[in-house]
Amino acid sequence: MRWLLDNPGQAWALTLEHLFLSIVPTVVGVALALVLGLVFGNRPRARAVITAVASAIFTIPSLALFVVIPSIIGTQILDPLNVVIALSLYATSLLVRTVFDALDAVAPEVLNAAEALGYSRARRRVFVDLPLAVAPLAAGTRVAAVTNVSLVSVGAVIGVGGLGQLFVAGYQRNYPDQILAGIIVILVLALVLDRLIAGAARVLTPWLHHGAAPGQAPGRRRPAIGRAKVATIPVQDTANREEPK
Amino acid sequence: MINEMLAYFADAANWSGSAGIPARLGEHLWYSLLAVLAAAVIAFPVGVFIGHTGTGRVLLVSASNVLRALPSLGIMTLLVLLMGIGLLPPLAALVLIAIPPILAGVYAGVANVEPSVVDAARAIGMKDSRIILQVELPLALPLILGGLRGAILQVVATATIAAYVNLGGLGRYIFDGLALYDYGEVLVGAVLVTALALVLDGLLALLVKALSPARRAIAR
Repeated sequence: MRWLLDNPGQAWALTLEHLFLSIVPTVVGVALALVLGLVFGNRPRARAVITAVASAIFTIPSLALFVVIPSIIGTQILDPLNVVIALSLYATSLLVRTVFDALDAVAPEVLNAAEALGYSRARRRVFVDLPLAVAPLAAGTRVAAVTNVSLVSVGAVIGVGGLGQLFVAGYQRNYPDQILAGIIVILVLALVLDRLIAGAARVLTPWLHHGAAPGQAPGRRRPAIGRAKVATIPVQDTANREEPK
Repeated sequence: MINEMLAYFADAANWSGSAGIPARLGEHLWYSLLAVLAAAVIAFPVGVFIGHTGTGRVLLVSASNVLRALPSLGIMTLLVLLMGIGLLPPLAALVLIAIPPILAGVYAGVANVEPSVVDAARAIGMKDSRIILQVELPLALPLILGGLRGAILQVVATATIAAYVNLGGLGRYIFDGLALYDYGEVLVGAVLVTALALVLDGLLALLVKALSPARRAIAR
């Protein structure tokens, strides 16, 4: 921790860069995934293609993607844009499935009610489906954000990595303290972002925390009965959609 | 760059010897296998315990979140500085990365077994050990395999970084290429790692599918 106390200026600059490199792709990912999800959610064939492409992208190791992108789009190999694009691709791939699942989970009665009230298809999508999908989407966004915070650091080996540069510098100078400082700040950033997104989701979904009238909580888990052996971890998120490194 | 990459692939000299593509591929798979096995040995019993008894669930969730945020490059470089160059430090980092998906898969698989099925097993006189081995684990198999698949993919991807701390594997091409500004060789490494990950993912998906019908048959 000494390094952190001795070099607050440098640590702060790297932290800001790190935040920029991880937040921009997360925002891009949420936006793209929402557009894809809302446009193609009801078209099974397009959905199957998108899901397949997304899982293939997600399988590509990040370091490989970082160094391949320049040769595809013609950027310089040390351009921060490479990292931003790669992480945006991951975030989109991770979230597009979440958006599909979240939209599927909206109760049919709600959709029928909206239709009966005279909502057009597009208006219903935006004003009914979307708000109801916020809770699961937020859960996915938390995973994407935390993953991005940790993946940005890999970019350090190609010179663009925010706090990851502490790993490279610390390793080259045989200075474990500097590496440890980087790890700690990254963990703190991940935790803060995670809590911020969770908090924002709570604010955006007041109906889920309002003593929840029955049938009014589409994002909420059914109360477990009996021995309460219900997994609290969304399985696909933790098992199959893990971050690639 | 693409032409240089193709030239690299076309050169027969790059396909033999200790720096040849088969040797690097072998190293990569070897590190990955060791890491996943070690992680499974650690995570499997813990996952079964938490899934079966339900204790420690909160700890599991927060621990897996923290591990998800751990930067693998940082852990690898830190462990190498603390423990010295060798196979063990990068391997330890890979194990740390493989534990959360396996743990989550085993836990979720066991915990999601229908409580009435477990109660029925208990009612016909099965002890806990038999319930775990003959009821819960077979029913949990698809989720366990799913977790294993996630772990393998992640380890294969992260093993690329092991080359940064002087190990072999396919990451060698990326880091050697970067050091020499030979981006053709960098691409060779990137393409090989990606191909390996995609092929493994496909094979594992088939495996999970092949082993899953048992669950549906029982559920019916």
